[in-house]
Amino acid sequence: MTVTDFPGEATRARVAAPAPLATDTVSLGYDGRVVVDGLSLRVPQGRTTVVVGPNGCGKSTLLRGLGRLLRPSGGAVLLDGEDIGGLPTREVARRVGLLPQQPVVPEGVTVLELVERGRHPHHGLFRTWGRADEEAVAAALERTDLVDLASTPVDSLSGGQRQRVWLALVLAQATPVLLLDEPTSFLDVAHQLDVLDLVRGLCEDAGCTVVMVLHDLGMAARYADHLVAMREGRVVAEGPPSEVVTPEVVEAVFGVTAAVLTDPESGAPVVVPRRRTS
Amino acid sequence: MALLETVERPSTADALAAARRGPRRRRRVVVVTLLVLLVALVVVRALLGDYRVSLPDAVRILGGEQIPGASFVLMESTLPRAVMGVLAGAAFGAAGSAFQVMLRNPIASPDVLGVTLGASAGAVLAVVAFGVRGAPVTLAALAGAVLAAVVILSQAGGGGGATGRMVLVGVALAAGLSALVQWLLVRASTYQAQDALVWLSGSLNTVTWTDIARLLVLDALLLPLLLAMAGRLPVLGLGDDLAAGLGVRVTRLRVGVTVLVVGLVAAATALVGPVAFVGFLSGPIARRLTPGRPAVGVAALVGAVVVVAADYAAAYAIPGTALPVGLVTGLLGAPVLLWMLRSRPTPEGR
Repeated sequence: MTVTDFPGEATRARVAAPAPLATDTVSLGYDGRVVVDGLSLRVPQGRTTVVVGPNGCGKSTLLRGLGRLLRPSGGAVLLDGEDIGGLPTREVARRVGLLPQQPVVPEGVTVLELVERGRHPHHGLFRTWGRADEEAVAAALERTDLVDLASTPVDSLSGGQRQRVWLALVLAQATPVLLLDEPTSFLDVAHQLDVLDLVRGLCEDAGCTVVMVLHDLGMAARYADHLVAMREGRVVAEGPPSEVVTPEVVEAVFGVTAAVLTDPESGAPVVVPRRRTS
Repeated sequence: MALLETVERPSTADALAAARRGPRRRRRVVVVTLLVLLVALVVVRALLGDYRVSLPDAVRILGGEQIPGASFVLMESTLPRAVMGVLAGAAFGAAGSAFQVMLRNPIASPDVLGVTLGASAGAVLAVVAFGVRGAPVTLAALAGAVLAAVVILSQAGGGGGATGRMVLVGVALAAGLSALVQWLLVRASTYQAQDALVWLSGSLNTVTWTDIARLLVLDALLLPLLLAMAGRLPVLGLGDDLAAGLGVRVTRLRVGVTVLVVGLVAAATALVGPVAFVGFLSGPIARRLTPGRPAVGVAALVGAVVVVAADYAAAYAIPGTALPVGLVTGLLGAPVLLWMLRSRPTPEGR
């Protein structure tokens, strides 16, 4: 970022604030079908960005594009200003961690063995397990409160514990940017709070930049620093939840009329859906 | 990274060390036990046939001395069979296990997915349609396996579901090839059918040192490469997306492993025939011996042990009758498969 003394340039400086991850009119899709259409987005540094939208609006596709699992059909994804498509695979994996919606639990694998696999991008052909690996795995297990379960097989854990294991794996990857695709799906409300508090802690204590897809608008409004509302492959509104979550936006994005109240405790907007309009 | 600066409590380090100790010790014990067992089986196979060769005699023969009778039995029959059993078994075991791990499917070994049947179809075609024997049959088997593999490989790329497509195409291919083999056998002359059947049952009866040298070279080239690549398979086992997020080039890894697997299976099958079930069973047995991580190396050892032991049993189980080794491994296959089904929860719901 360039520092400027001209007050008139303040706006430009704000726009040019460092975004570890950004998209420039990116289009993403599968087999010629466009899902995300010319979308430009800047992910703020060290914050939790939450992407919401109806089923099939392209939020997961956007996340896969941000993690370079999908090659854009147009535009570019920029990682610290560089085109992510031009970076070596391993390099991207050291800088961006991605937790997909339904990873596979291999048979009989223990928590520790699974979390250790998160260190894969840090190993070359010949580099073996080292102190940094050990420390990253230990820190990840501590943060997710899994130290005591280290030698338990993952397939014997409950859904909530399993989700913590997957988070521990991407934490062990130790990337400054984390992309999480619906990390709370299939969890009951207590475990949802567990996972989301953990994620918020990552931004606050560890300075991680998180981009997360959530389908629950209430949770999104409560945990996002920056909320992105999508519909049909485009951004309808983005900004702080208090600005984005309005009856107009909820109707435009989800096609339901809703009342938006304010949580007296946190000040976060609370959405009360009324009826379908489209 | 701030995350790494978290002070590590000594208790965490201790807990992790303790959690690793058990599996590590177990892996070591398993590998050493299998190695000892394999050496013992090779010695037994080589020395304790119908004609017994004493250990001192064997050492003298290997040192270059000629002992009438014993020299011939050891150098032309029992020792080559034992060595070929090790080489072919290791190739089948490692290849089968690597395929199963890569495709995340305990059923998906090369013998189920038509690679082995491709070799069979090639060999039977050569025998029945062209009336050849010996080396051309080996080449035809190789060509058949490679063709089958190309069909399976055509499904390796692309987005989601590649592993599922590879398995389905492989199973369909196996069914078609199996029909082709049957049809060829039906229209063959008795004499040709006899030839083809000997090859099809998988046998170490006619092993030569030249065959051994060929397989040794291929094993020495391909096995270390496969083991090196297998190091990345545990990450691929977490699903394509997560693996890609962890820096694995998924399609490239799948193609690489498939090429090596096919090379090993084709070579071993071409030389000794499709020894039933070894590729299919070695992986699951290895995984039960060392749970937690896909053990392609352990599976190679298991495959070698199984083939040498089965060949010994095949040769001497029924006095006066030499059964093909593939018959014994095939017989073994059914009970082991049942045991696997009983002792594992279904792969669904994971």
